[in-house]
Parts: sequence; C-alpha cells; structure tokens
Amino acid sequence: MIRRRLGRGLLMMVLVTFGALTLLPFVWMVCAAVKTPADFIAYQFLPGGPGFLGIAWDRLTTANFFRAFTVLPMGRALLHSVFLASVTSVLSTLCCSAGGYALAKFRFAGRGFITTLVLGTVVLPAALLLGPSFETVYHLGLVDTYAAVILPALTPAFGIYLFRQAMLNSVPSELIECARLEGCGEIRIFVEIVVPLVRPMIGTYLALAFIGSWNNFLNPQVMLQSPERYPLSVAIFNLRGLYGSDYGLIMAGMLISVAPVMCLFLVLQREFISGLTSGAVKG
Amino acid sequence: MKSFRPHPPWIPWLFLSPFLVFFALFASWPVARSLMLAFEQTYGPRTKAFVGLLNFQAVWHDPYFWTAVRNTLLFTGGTLLVQIPLALGLALLMNRPRLRGRAAFRLLFFSPSIIGFVFAGTLFFLLLEKRIGLLNAGLHTVFSHWDPDFPWIDHYVMTSLIIASAWLSAGFHMAYLLAALQNVSGDLLDAAAIDGAGPWRRFWHVTLPGIRPVLEVLVLLTLITGFQVFDLPFIFYNDSMGNGPNNQALTIVTYLYQTGFIAGNLGYASAIGWLLTLALIGLALAHRHLTRTEDPSR
Repeated sequence: MIRRRLGRGLLMMVLVTFGALTLLPFVWMVCAAVKTPADFIAYQFLPGGPGFLGIAWDRLTTANFFRAFTVLPMGRALLHSVFLASVTSVLSTLCCSAGGYALAKFRFAGRGFITTLVLGTVVLPAALLLGPSFETVYHLGLVDTYAAVILPALTPAFGIYLFRQAMLNSVPSELIECARLEGCGEIRIFVEIVVPLVRPMIGTYLALAFIGSWNNFLNPQVMLQSPERYPLSVAIFNLRGLYGSDYGLIMAGMLISVAPVMCLFLVLQREFISGLTSGAVKG
Repeated sequence: MKSFRPHPPWIPWLFLSPFLVFFALFASWPVARSLMLAFEQTYGPRTKAFVGLLNFQAVWHDPYFWTAVRNTLLFTGGTLLVQIPLALGLALLMNRPRLRGRAAFRLLFFSPSIIGFVFAGTLFFLLLEKRIGLLNAGLHTVFSHWDPDFPWIDHYVMTSLIIASAWLSAGFHMAYLLAALQNVSGDLLDAAAIDGAGPWRRFWHVTLPGIRPVLEVLVLLTLITGFQVFDLPFIFYNDSMGNGPNNQALTIVTYLYQTGFIAGNLGYASAIGWLLTLALIGLALAHRHLTRTEDPSR
C-alpha cells in the first residue's frame, strides 16, 4: 500500500518535472516580452520587487509590443500570416477532399496511375521541388506575390491520401448509388452527402493545413522578395538578424507569432490530437 | 459495383481537376524539371547548358557536401536516439492506470509541436545563449559550479540543435505512442502476468510487439524529417547562412539552399536534391522490406 502510494508520487514527480521542462521555454518567452532591457539581464523570469508574490509588477512594460506594432511591421506580418494560412487551408481542403473523393469512390481508367503518381511524391524532399517551383512561378510572372506562396502548398500528397482513406472508411458506396438513382446531381452528392460524412477529417485537415502554412518558412522566404509582403515566419527570421540583441522586442514578436496558433490548438485540441493519432493507430 | 444510372465518365475528372492542375504545376512538372536541371549548368533562370553528369561528379567530389552529409547524419542519429526513447518513456509513464490529469499532461507535452521550427529556433537561440539564456542560468542554479558562459551555440552545435528538436517533437511522438499503448490488449497483459511474466518480460513480449507498427512509422518519420533538416540550423546560424562555426551546422538542405538560391546554381542544387531523394527512397524501401519480412501477417 505504502509502496504503491510512493510509486504514484514518484510517477507524478517525474511527469511534473518533464511538464515543467516543456512549459518553461513558453513562460520564459512571455516574461521576456514584458520586461525592460535592464530587467531582462537581471532576472530570468519576472523582476523581483516589493509587489504581490515578490514581483515588481509596476516595472513590467508593454513597450516591446508597442514597438513591435509601430516601429516594426509585426501587425502587417500578422495579417499576412492569417491571410496566407486561411486561404491556403481552405483551398487545399477543397482540392484534396474532392480529389480524394474521386480516387476513393469512382472507377475510371487512369485511377491506379494517378494514385501511384500522387502517393509516389510522398518521399520526395520539399527542397527538391523548390527550385523548379520557383522557376514555374517565375514563368507565370508570380514572383513576389501571395499566389506564389499559396499555389505550391495546395496539393500535398498526404492531403489527398488522408481524404481518400477517410472516404473509403466512412462513406458507403450504396448511399451514393441511392442518391444517384433518386436523380441527385453529382456535385450535390459530394456537397450534401459525402462532405458531412467526413466532417471530422475536414476539421482536422483544415487545422493541420492552417498551422502548416503558418509555420512554413522556406517557401515564403524563397517566393517573396519585398519585406512589406512577409508573413510572421520570415519577419521573425529577419527580426533576429536586424535586432539581434533587443531580446524583449524579439520575444514580443515571438509571442505575437505563436499565440494565435496556440489559441487555435487549445480550442481544437481534442479533435487535433485524437484526429491525428487515430489514423496512425488504425493504419 | 453496378448501377442503373451510371455517372458520366468525366465526373471523377471534374472532382480531380483542381488537385491535378496544381499538382501538375507544382509537383509533377518540378520533379521532371529538377531531373533535367540536375544535368544542366544554370546561373539564374535564363542561361543554361547541358553538362551530363558533371553536376553529380562535382557534388561527389565537393568536401562541403560530405560535411553536410556527415552533419545531417549526426543530427538524424541524435534526434532518433533522444526523441524516440524520451517519447516512449513518457508514453509508458502516461499509460499507468488511474493516472490523474492524463489529458492535461498529454496536452502540455504535445503543445510545442504546434510551433514551427522557425519560431522554436528563434526561442532556443536565446534560451541557449551565454549568461542571459535560461538553460545556463538554470544549470548554474542547480549545479553551482556550472559555467554560466557555457558556449552551447558556439561550440556544441549538434547538441544545441538536438535539444531544440527534442523539445519540439518528443511530445508529438509521445501522443502517437500513448494512443498505440492504449490499444494494447489489457487481457493479454493480465494473462501474461498470471503466467508469471514480470514487468520487463510483459513489456518486451506483449507491449512492444503491440506498439511496433506505430514505433516503426515514427522511426521512419524521424529519419525522413532528420534528413531534410533546414529551418533549425538556418535560423540558429543565420549570420553565416546556416553554416555555423566551422560548418558544423551545414546540412544537406541548407547546402542545397545555398548553392541553388544564394549562389544561383539550380543545376548543382538539383543534383544534391536528387542524391537526397535517392537516400530517402532507399530509407522508405528498407523500411518496407524490414517491416514486411519480419511480420508476415501485415
């Protein structure tokens, strides 16, 4: 009895230690963002002082955020990230769900060929396609436009694969046949019958594509050239080059960059983790 | 599958067309084009000449390329040895029955993997800094003789990169392994316990075979992402274009980026890209071969 309780206490201690190690970088970032440069050097977390809990609350500052939005174009970069991630995730979901539906629920000449062709690209490194994609973008006259960042990100092989699997598992062919016999149009079958049946996958994929686009650094770094078009990932990268020792400012920029996706994740965490892991365990 | 009112034959193509248009433009064509480029010498998009295997020959005899290969393998091996055991250990602890706050812990451990490498890299560059960074300050508080000026980033390049990568990815792997562990049959474990199998043998003969498919996929995933590491070293050492001190942070993809986009030699970069692709295809085939022959039931 005592041994079991001791074991459980030890287990808790180990988990809490690792939890703290996971959390501390976040906490450090938030603290650094609200400190003055002097306090940043003097204190690892919040500055000590006579206030509540032994912290000098009155020395905390919002100046870093103020500067990030006024001196630096972080507000604009935030808008660009929101725009790029929203458009990319919605369009990518449309392309991949419709494509996955065609591959899963229709028999037609060329289906096997296309499935192999698409799934074969899973092993290709993204860096290999970057140069020729840039060339294509150049010939289309799209260098330094948002289209150059959005269009190459619309058709990841794993996207159409996920939807193909979801359609195979959770859309009964009989239902589609019935609707067809009743005279329902093909587009209506897809929108009103198939899409509702794979709604969980649509939610998971939307969130995945949004976060993937938000965190993408290499593509916008290559495709965009004017700093006034940069999303947060590229803006943060340049921020460290230009303001390398202004730690408070960098951390404020980091917080602005990380907080939106963190909030999205916290709201959708259940769908997110279980949606991701259920596929892996079944497959 | 028979139906009385078949769909017109072009209907599947209608649904496929948006995917296929962009896939052709930004995946199929670039693959073909990169294969052509690998045999051409290019400086910018306008001038090019066919040079046969010259690019591959040059890459093969390029000492920087082999430095990049060595560093990439070090990083990949390091992340594999740190992340997977760490994730498995955490998942096993989290799988204990009647654990309080399991969902909260899972959320906490998973949360760093939402952050992109570019942001995690920026954060860890500061965390690992001399004196002002949290890691040195923390170690100095715990072990008083720890040097607060310990040069993580300047001297321990791979260790620094692997620490950042472990923080970012261990929880992601943990979530998958935990899901797999919760699928391991409790009856089987109980039966093994009744037959007198100790905890170690139960783990080795029941739990491990149960989570093996997931474990294998995670190992492959770690290898594939490790081979393609770019963001982390590029951000850590952005003052030297991702090379780091004595080129210790130079990876295959950073070198590809430097030759293709900084030096403008897309042909050379494509040759590097295809060598990397061949390595990845080899990995995928080896994975398929190993998982097939040892487990005929799947």
